[in-house]
Amino acid sequence: MSATAPAPAPDRPGKPDKRADERLLKTSHLRKLLGRPELGAVVGAVAVFMFFSFAADSFLRAASLSTVLYASSTIGIMAVPVALLMIGGEFDLSAGVLVTSSALISSMFSYQMTANVWVGVGVSLLTTLAIGVFNGFMLTRTKLPSFIITLGTFLMLTGLNLGFTKLISGTVSTKTIADMEGFESAKALFASQFTLGGVAFKVTILWWIALVAVATWILLRTRAGNWIFAVGGNMDAARAVGVPVVKTKIGLYMGVGFAAWVSGQHLLFSFDAVQSGEGVGNELIYIVAAVIGGSLITGGYGSAIGSAFGAFIFGMTGKGIVYAEWNADWYKFFLGAMLLLATLLNHWVRKRAEATT
Amino acid sequence: MTTEAVNRAGTPLVELDSVSKYYGNIRALEGVSLQVHAGEVSCVLGDNGAGKSTLIKIIAGLHQHDAGTFRIQDEETRLSNPRDALDRGIATVYQDLAVVPLMPVWRNFFLGSEPTRGTGPFQRLDVERMRRTTREELLRMGIDLRDVDQPIGTLSGGERQCVAIARAVYFGAKVLVLDEPTAALGVKQSGVVLKYVAAARDAGLGVVLITHNPHHAYLVGDRFVLLKRGAMAGSHLREEIALDELTRQMAGGSELEELSHELERAQGKQDD
Repeated sequence: MSATAPAPAPDRPGKPDKRADERLLKTSHLRKLLGRPELGAVVGAVAVFMFFSFAADSFLRAASLSTVLYASSTIGIMAVPVALLMIGGEFDLSAGVLVTSSALISSMFSYQMTANVWVGVGVSLLTTLAIGVFNGFMLTRTKLPSFIITLGTFLMLTGLNLGFTKLISGTVSTKTIADMEGFESAKALFASQFTLGGVAFKVTILWWIALVAVATWILLRTRAGNWIFAVGGNMDAARAVGVPVVKTKIGLYMGVGFAAWVSGQHLLFSFDAVQSGEGVGNELIYIVAAVIGGSLITGGYGSAIGSAFGAFIFGMTGKGIVYAEWNADWYKFFLGAMLLLATLLNHWVRKRAEATT
Repeated sequence: MTTEAVNRAGTPLVELDSVSKYYGNIRALEGVSLQVHAGEVSCVLGDNGAGKSTLIKIIAGLHQHDAGTFRIQDEETRLSNPRDALDRGIATVYQDLAVVPLMPVWRNFFLGSEPTRGTGPFQRLDVERMRRTTREELLRMGIDLRDVDQPIGTLSGGERQCVAIARAVYFGAKVLVLDEPTAALGVKQSGVVLKYVAAARDAGLGVVLITHNPHHAYLVGDRFVLLKRGAMAGSHLREEIALDELTRQMAGGSELEELSHELERAQGKQDD
């Protein structure tokens, strides 16, 4: 070993000049981490988890965690497309009742028209996708705010749900379809349980994980994902560089339709009958989960994983309060506080990111 | 009045001949002619409301002209959308909507024309190539970015313009339309942007530079078209006109004269 040749840059161990730029030295992992949209939701989820671990003795039991995950998944399945839509710069206030519509359609169509529930399930999927197309088409065509368009869809669907159900079955709930052909197989797909390490988990958790994974893949690694960020971040710029803005937005609404279909089928096959008035108000829960998860309400920023953490916070808070044997009224207060904190954090992040000259 | 700029050797990349555009009963643009040649900068000068934006929107494919002819390499055309314009090699860099501020530089660079790998459901962005190319292309234009992952909103106005220009050059634009690239910039940054305009010109692109600053235009321009209230107020080759005259003719030129007269009078009265 020659003494005259000291190791190059001994004060920079580890990475042998992979980064070409010395100015990057201080771009610590911390800064990278602070730049992630999920940060607030992850911190929040850890805090809520710790809190209920201490506050409720039964919270840490495996069965309780399974229940919490189930509650989270029912919200999370919808929070994923709602977050994507929000990143794309739009809202969908009809998402909550669309879930109920989806369940009602497959239940009533199966009952009235055929003997096999799968036909109803298929018709339901086509209808929810069509409603998504309708929302997206109206939005891009009229250029009205999505708040107004989907508020209209929300009210219309609420009315249709009640009206049609009463018209067809005479009551506010659908007839049971439990004895129909294909019920068991459909139930296996949408509302079954599986056992892992001696604990029973609902299949919705798998749907949830799959949706988050697919959505994350789309957002970060496909052209469509790039377009979603762009139409939400600066629609005019996106259009000017040739991004298919209309297609992207309609696709996002169809995503909501698809998730509403999954969610609705779960609703139907867990109970075999559906109450037609359900789902109202849930759209706000999905939006809150997406916002807590770091999606900017103005679009252009956010993540699917964040929405999962947002939904997880909902699940933990809802069930944690029960396990701690508190009055359930506190649930809403917690969520409101979480929402405010998350939004403040997001606002700060955006200001930092948009700071110019 | 001024002489019509004569055609130089070779066909222009883009040629507008007496193009007009009406919005209902509003005359946004009437009888405007413009030639863009490879390796030249054609400047469009005009005050606010002179019709500069309308002209750009026609060239960029956002609007269609109502009268006159619009030729791209001697072929009469009517662009249906911005994608159409891009496919024909016309890239437009807008003053304020050039980029999506919250997206990383590399995503902005490739926005709308992302390279992919794989097929079918596994088709995915070629992230590695996107990052590397962005870095290299910017470096080639002389912009040494610290981090292509930073949101483009964190760059300065001049840097953002340069990214947009580099992007257009990379994607094989033959004609580069720049909408007031120096309007919101300080002196030094304007200089930087003009340097890239010159670089693009030297690379053989035809550049349309829209501005209301005759000083900036004269630094790089080969042809000057003056717009006033939607109509053409003059068209000059660089040899035919001096900066002073250009400045005078530019929007506000005659008004400025009047203004200076008025101010002089006021000054005179004070002296009495």
